[in-house]
Amino acid sequence: MSGEEFVPLSLTPLLIGTFAAIACALPGNFLVLRKQALIGDAISHVVLPGIVVAFLVTGTISTWPMMLGAAGAAVVAVVLIEAIRRLGQIEPGAAMGVVFTTMFAAGVLLLEQTDTSTVHLDVEHALYGNLESLIWLDATGWSSLLDIEALAGLPPELPRIALTLVGVTLFTWLFWRPLKISTFDEGFARTIGIRTGVLGMALVITAAIAAVAAFDAVGSIIVIAMFICPPAAARMLTNRLETQIAWSVLFATASAVSGYVLAGYGPLWLGGADAVSAAGMIATMSGLILAAAATFGPCRARIGAHTSA
Amino acid sequence: MLDLISNEGVTVGDQGLAESPLAVRGLTVSYGQKPAVFSVDMTVQPGAMTAIIGPNGAGKSTLLKAALGIVSPLSGQVTVFGQPLEKQRARIAYVPQRASVDWDFPTRVIDVVLMGLSRELGLLGRVRARHKACAMDCLNRVGMRDFADRQIGQLSGGQQQRVFLARALAQGADLYLLDEPFAGVDAATEKAIIAVLKSLKEAGKTVVVVHHDLATVTDYFDHVFLINTRKVAEGPVAESFTAETLQSAYGGRLATAQIDQLSRAQG
Repeated sequence: MSGEEFVPLSLTPLLIGTFAAIACALPGNFLVLRKQALIGDAISHVVLPGIVVAFLVTGTISTWPMMLGAAGAAVVAVVLIEAIRRLGQIEPGAAMGVVFTTMFAAGVLLLEQTDTSTVHLDVEHALYGNLESLIWLDATGWSSLLDIEALAGLPPELPRIALTLVGVTLFTWLFWRPLKISTFDEGFARTIGIRTGVLGMALVITAAIAAVAAFDAVGSIIVIAMFICPPAAARMLTNRLETQIAWSVLFATASAVSGYVLAGYGPLWLGGADAVSAAGMIATMSGLILAAAATFGPCRARIGAHTSA
Repeated sequence: MLDLISNEGVTVGDQGLAESPLAVRGLTVSYGQKPAVFSVDMTVQPGAMTAIIGPNGAGKSTLLKAALGIVSPLSGQVTVFGQPLEKQRARIAYVPQRASVDWDFPTRVIDVVLMGLSRELGLLGRVRARHKACAMDCLNRVGMRDFADRQIGQLSGGQQQRVFLARALAQGADLYLLDEPFAGVDAATEKAIIAVLKSLKEAGKTVVVVHHDLATVTDYFDHVFLINTRKVAEGPVAESFTAETLQSAYGGRLATAQIDQLSRAQG
């Protein structure tokens, strides 16, 4: 494919898909190890009341109020989940279950009880996003990457998710050591002065922001898949957290690129006529990578199981 | 308790507070309706090895965790070397119960020991050769040098416990608090751990151990702290580890025959 075709039509969706995948996979590594990986699922449900409230307040369906509403709802949800988990001393999964079903129900109730029901909330859009439509029509080829006028026409999702990825990466890099120690041994972490409660909250809030930014660009399917599949697959390839993170980034990238390409061309290769959803295909690819890692990965045995004896 | 109330006692008590590596006053901790630890005073003797003893669910681990700020007490004061806990964190090393962490965590033995140096390393400080050498030295002291590159899940329970002890050694603390370090470990590990703890004591460090094996108390420790939600007794083993204090801590749960045997063993 030539640059004239690739840059306007495929470069931006590829980058957005990849950035979204990595932004979710990075905090996903810690969430999987902390048995909090379902937070991605929880967040994609709780954004509903946030979006409805944002619509009620502003009266428009524009991106920024919706995203702020979604982010606000996600933050409220993770704070509630952490609070219930710590005060009630229960499993994180149980706390998530209580919070996200309640908030999702509140969102549906709000939707039905107010005149927002006239607004069309597209389920398919929420699930799969619209990655294929995030094209860059102002671009004419690779040279457009240096053309300020053309760059102004980039889909706004790209700088948003890029900025989110920078933030998530900075957080992971800066708090790497305390994150690792408190994920492994929270009691010890507290005795050396790490504020584990604040750090745990910061981690889930970072995850929530990544989820909302990705959700806006690529839909909830990728968010849910990327929090779990790349980190879980990476865990089965290595016994070192540093290496696991590197693998998870590689797997997230591989899922995004291969999923996007296969969604566009796979059906044609198989003799079909239409392309399939890129987001759905990206999630499928991450699932296939996980399945392969679970079958062939060198570190897939539950090592803890036989040492206790 | 009584002599704390008399005038003389107050002075003695306060001096003890200032010098004690770990002093706890009026500590109450509750996880729900019932308190796990109720109004406990404890003054750990400097340079001694103290065992915290009591029946299951008596609040031994909770006392330690509350003293370290891992769980929040309902009330009470903790001082470490005469100062608030937060100012003295660098002088404390804590060895949690082995079962409290997930040993499937993707990390190597040496990385766990290096966690003991994290105050020195700070947020972004690089692990240098001298840090690695220090960690290897600590592993050597617990006889685990050859296991440095193993994944922690591949170790036996006793080996895991020794790695935890090596991490505490790397902290270079003055006060060592260990939660059930002998629970479910092999005899070789128990010997290795007690040898390290005795060497710490000889170096003038203070060691406090939550302990469950009454038969080894007189061999291993010089001080005991008996607890059953409330404090039962505190003092040198010869004075405070007696048939009466044990009966009062364990109640009917400890057979009289066992107590007789124990008091014969120490008498």
